[in-house]
Amino acid sequence: MEQTFDLTLIWAGIIGFGIMMYVLMDGFDLGQGILYPFAPDEKARDKMMNSVAPVWDGNETWLVLGGAGLLAAFPLVYSIFLPALYIGVFLLLAGLIFRGVAFEFRFKAKTSKYLWSWSFSVGSFVASFAQGAVVGAYIQGFETEGFAYSGGPLDWLTPFTVLTGFGLVIGYALLGSTWLIMKTDGEVQQWAYKITPKLLMGLMAVFAAVCVYTPFVDSSVMTRWFDGISLIWALPALALFCAVIVLRAVKKQQDGMPFVATMGIFLFSYLGLLASKWPYIVPPKFTIYDAASAYNSQLFLLLGFLFVIPIVLAYTSWTYWVFRGKVGDAGYH
Amino acid sequence: MELDPLVLSRIQFAFVVCFHAIFPVFTIGLASTIAGFETLYFKTENPIWQRLSKFWIQVFAVVFGIGVVSGIVMSFQFGTNWSNFSYATANFLGPVLSYEVITAFFLEAAFLGVLLFGRDKVPQGVHLFAAIMVATGTFISSFWILSANSLLQTPDGLELINGMYHVKSWADALFTASFGYRFTHMALASFLTAALVVAGVSAWFILQKRELEANKKALSVALWFLLFLAPLQTVVGDFHGLNTMKYQPTKVAAMEGNWETSTGVPLLLFAIPDKEEQKNHFEIKIPKLASYVLTHDWDGEVPGLKAVPVEEQPPVFIVFWSFRVMVGLGLLMVVFGFWGLIFRRGGKIYTSPAFLQGLRMMSISPFLAVLAGWVVTEAGRAPWLIYGQMTHAEGLTPSLTGGMALFSLIGYITVYALVFSAGIYYLLKVFKGGLEKANAPHEMDEIERPARPFSAGHVAIDGDL
Repeated sequence: MEQTFDLTLIWAGIIGFGIMMYVLMDGFDLGQGILYPFAPDEKARDKMMNSVAPVWDGNETWLVLGGAGLLAAFPLVYSIFLPALYIGVFLLLAGLIFRGVAFEFRFKAKTSKYLWSWSFSVGSFVASFAQGAVVGAYIQGFETEGFAYSGGPLDWLTPFTVLTGFGLVIGYALLGSTWLIMKTDGEVQQWAYKITPKLLMGLMAVFAAVCVYTPFVDSSVMTRWFDGISLIWALPALALFCAVIVLRAVKKQQDGMPFVATMGIFLFSYLGLLASKWPYIVPPKFTIYDAASAYNSQLFLLLGFLFVIPIVLAYTSWTYWVFRGKVGDAGYH
Repeated sequence: MELDPLVLSRIQFAFVVCFHAIFPVFTIGLASTIAGFETLYFKTENPIWQRLSKFWIQVFAVVFGIGVVSGIVMSFQFGTNWSNFSYATANFLGPVLSYEVITAFFLEAAFLGVLLFGRDKVPQGVHLFAAIMVATGTFISSFWILSANSLLQTPDGLELINGMYHVKSWADALFTASFGYRFTHMALASFLTAALVVAGVSAWFILQKRELEANKKALSVALWFLLFLAPLQTVVGDFHGLNTMKYQPTKVAAMEGNWETSTGVPLLLFAIPDKEEQKNHFEIKIPKLASYVLTHDWDGEVPGLKAVPVEEQPPVFIVFWSFRVMVGLGLLMVVFGFWGLIFRRGGKIYTSPAFLQGLRMMSISPFLAVLAGWVVTEAGRAPWLIYGQMTHAEGLTPSLTGGMALFSLIGYITVYALVFSAGIYYLLKVFKGGLEKANAPHEMDEIERPARPFSAGHVAIDGDL
């Protein structure tokens, strides 16, 4: 077949975009669960859950879309990551199931509400930690033989991945608290203003530790960053700049800016990570081209994705538009 | 005892898929039922159809919600436990499973919200259109899944290059030799499931003298469907069996408990197949009937298990008995269909306690029959994961240890036990609430929420009813 387009590159773009969308969007609602035990009172918890209730499941759409797309476009990623992260994947799914169910049942519960609050909180924490550990494992790379994973069941669990796991938990909590600043007022908003700088400091500390640690975990990253000063240094600089904006915006008690700037931190860190690893998708051996599926399979599915992604985007924007503004005591008005 | 990752992974897959399968088979049939009720309401403007539809939409929403959760686990299991298989078949399975996801999302984004929450917000015609689109969408979803499964049963259109299958012809790969039979068989099974559940629940309401007018109508419609679909299903099942005999003779041999390829083979009503001794114990048989059913000739030749080496034989006992459970339940459905026809005279279908109680019991039968049927076709394919090409052992994740597999198996059982008992408990509450609750002002003082399927249930999960 005539290979007119570099479909693999297009697919890398789609999957990369999907992951970013997922992290930003599910991040702030996972963050609500992480912050749940620390909320001032039960009324605040109601408000927190109400603020994300209309959009959370649409946010998770991106995870499923990304996962399915991965099997179709980069099967090697699917067939190496999942066995290597076997136990982590189980925890991720269990966490997401528990919190998803909690969303539905906490609204329908009268006497068993506390049970669903815990389910929501623990599920969110476990799922976030597992996702952070996946990022760490990706930086570490995988032991492979032929086209299959050949390491042990807990190879992924190292001090480094625990660090990235907690890093993402704190990061999601920060997305969650700045989301609350934007979507609530009164007591809950004041609480969110109070905790945001602490979370930001925590995130920056982990960020610094990961930056120091990474070259020891993967030496190729070192060469990329230190062999001559390149443009990629702009990325961490921009992430830091966004962090400063978050702090200033919180001080000035601005509504929307803290959340927007936090998304900026995530975006530039993510791009920085990709810049460190490109074009390796299953480090240390396989590039996106090694991991790609057949041309006609990528083409066959691309048609469907080109059709459905605009619809998902339109539906998502519409939902956010409908539920714009501050959340009241009894949900959106 | 050594923990075998292969055995544990197969148990885990069977557990998750069995749990999962009962939900879609119900939602597919129920979506069409709801579209039917809505059409009747649109045409006759008789509010009874709307009352029925409102109730069954709530049931649909809850079942759909549970099915989506268990489906997500399914899609990750291929990678975690069967990575060699996933990698080898990704060029085909990846796009096909993705298209299923795309169908489901498109459906949920575009039409499900209108069906569940839009009744008072859009014109009646638009609401009806949404109901029909949801029903259509469930069939498109099942098209992709059954196409994927059929390829494993009767592979076609693929070419193996360097350990990875490449799609030579999408048409051949999507529509393999067994696809048409499997799809029809499953579609009918879905309709039968909906018919029997609607009949059973309506019978239960009638016994309680609740909403008699509406529930009698629902019962009557459901029984007409049962009368025609149950016999039709046996015919389709027969054709499916003939197709299986052509392409997977060993599976048919296991279904019949037939060891030697021979002519004039009896139909076994009862037997204890013994794979170790390669024979049956305690046979009760009808002479030559198996030959007649399978070849439509009393002296036709029926394949035997011994035609292949022992290690290529499926677990005969499981396949043999699952097949009998499926056929037995199917015949029982036919009986109830005709029983209903006879009892129509004088309206006994609405008054006979024995008949109504019987229907109540029967509402679980389609689920058992569907599970038994899937066990026949999946266990009957063993040891092949892709028939004749890749065994389960070859498809397994090479790095998987027995301990890991045991961990996730126990984990999934625990998670499912907790989550699904909550879901099913809630479903039972929706049933108890009945048409009355579904049509009353909402009990739960809900804040404004988006179009989540589950949110269409307006019953509290705890507290008294």
